[in-house]
Amino acid sequence: MSFLQKHQALERNVTLLLVGSLLVVSIGGIVEIAPLFYLQNTIEKVEGMRPYTPLELTGRDIYIREGCYLCHSQMIRPMRDEVERYGHYSLAAESMYDHPFQWGSKRTGPDLARVGGRYSDQWHVEHLTNPQSVVPESVMPKYGFLSDRSIDTEDLQAKLKVHAMVGVPYTSDMIENALADFAAQANPDADATGLQERYPGAKAANFDGHPALTEMDALIAYLQVLGTMVDFKTFNPDQPR
Amino acid sequence: MSDPHSNDPAGGPAKGRPAPRKSGARAAPREKVAPPTTGHSWDGIEEFDNPMPRWWLWTLYATIIWGIIYTILYPAWPLPGGATPGILHETARKEVAADIQKFQEMNAPIEAKLVATPVTEIAANPELANFAQNAGHAVFQTWCAQCHGAGAAGAKGFPNLLDNDWLWGGSLDDILTTVTHGIRNTTDPEARFSQMPAFGEILTKEQIGQVMNYVMSLTGAAQDPAQVDAGKQLFADNCASCHGEDGKGDRAQGAPNLTDSIWLYGGDPATLTETITNARFGVMPAWQGRLTDAQIRSVAYYVHSLGGGE
Repeated sequence: MSFLQKHQALERNVTLLLVGSLLVVSIGGIVEIAPLFYLQNTIEKVEGMRPYTPLELTGRDIYIREGCYLCHSQMIRPMRDEVERYGHYSLAAESMYDHPFQWGSKRTGPDLARVGGRYSDQWHVEHLTNPQSVVPESVMPKYGFLSDRSIDTEDLQAKLKVHAMVGVPYTSDMIENALADFAAQANPDADATGLQERYPGAKAANFDGHPALTEMDALIAYLQVLGTMVDFKTFNPDQPR
Repeated sequence: MSDPHSNDPAGGPAKGRPAPRKSGARAAPREKVAPPTTGHSWDGIEEFDNPMPRWWLWTLYATIIWGIIYTILYPAWPLPGGATPGILHETARKEVAADIQKFQEMNAPIEAKLVATPVTEIAANPELANFAQNAGHAVFQTWCAQCHGAGAAGAKGFPNLLDNDWLWGGSLDDILTTVTHGIRNTTDPEARFSQMPAFGEILTKEQIGQVMNYVMSLTGAAQDPAQVDAGKQLFADNCASCHGEDGKGDRAQGAPNLTDSIWLYGGDPATLTETITNARFGVMPAWQGRLTDAQIRSVAYYVHSLGGGE
């Protein structure tokens, strides 16, 4: 027991105890976190992932601002019931450009990881304005005010730059054309070649059906892209990761 | 129960009788032996050094052993070349794939039969019909109910599927086509497509009021009979090519019947004026690709069975 007796030195010296505790916690943390930075199998390689367009990114910020993540998760777990209800289970690669990720931990409403394309834009307008008009049993609050709020694009380029800083591959071309892409995506009649070049597969539409570009447009643009980027026809779950 | 006498209702001396509870008798001497102390003393208060209960210690040891076994069986330790896979080679992905495959294999024979059978002949086979009805209901609740309602009664802008009023046709084949390719979506080139012009750019406000009144007169609900006649001519010139001269619609173009008092967006003057001015553009996603053939056929069969199927 003489070895255990030595523990008394730690218990009697508060500074030593603090340093010792920190050491133990750090080791635990390093073992859990550090491998994620070098392990090749943390994020699988998939086809189709691209950074969010400026309009989608704006919508994402509205999603976060309104606290959507408090009731909606964006994480389809690999379980049969979830896969059958929501679609293919979520991949790490699908949230690699999310800062912060929106996995969430609460499902008062359904998971939204693959809500993109599942409903029409018009449905989203009706549903966000008055959820009970289309889903009578819903307890979701109304977000009709988004239709009245215009978007301040002053910090749009800065936003892209910050995301580039934390690792999202926004090119200088993307940052330079952020405002043009932002406007082009909300206008189905605009020339979208630049937008398509920079963000392949981006859907341009008048999302809320009204001429003005509002937060409603941005949020729906974001919701309609969720979970649609990865082409699962080319996805191999057993690839060496 | 340290003192067996205290609970004796007779109150008599217990001497000579065997002690009723041995545990009580045993407890007494134990109390007399003070357990060892840790040697700590604060203001004269000492700390007993009682051992941990044995069951607790064994539970602790068992969890440690289980922890070691677990890291051998399952993926656990992060190493430079990747995490240890564990000797069971278990992954959540493999598990869910196996889970789904199990049910797919169970349903495979009947689903193959369902896909091979023309939809119109499903009803003739009770086993197939029963399967399609129930599978279709499950698919509907998961994928369709958000727009068409849990009971399929629809909502403003989202058609009621219970009645016999169909925009694109209510036969099994029509419904199957609609579910497969959707309506006015941008993802499926074979989606049903039509577009009503926004007459706000073509007609004056006055003319729109006249057409609106004529349309309402078709169901006997005209608001201002004086305008109906003028509206009739405008209708014939602008609307009849799709909605028909009699206003009964054209399913080939998804043009609704205007004479049946069933309104998708509303039949009141304000809503009708809005519809004529800005037009409507109802979109339905294509379910091909998202759902399997068997699921699409099942849900088409289910919708057809709801009451309005033709």
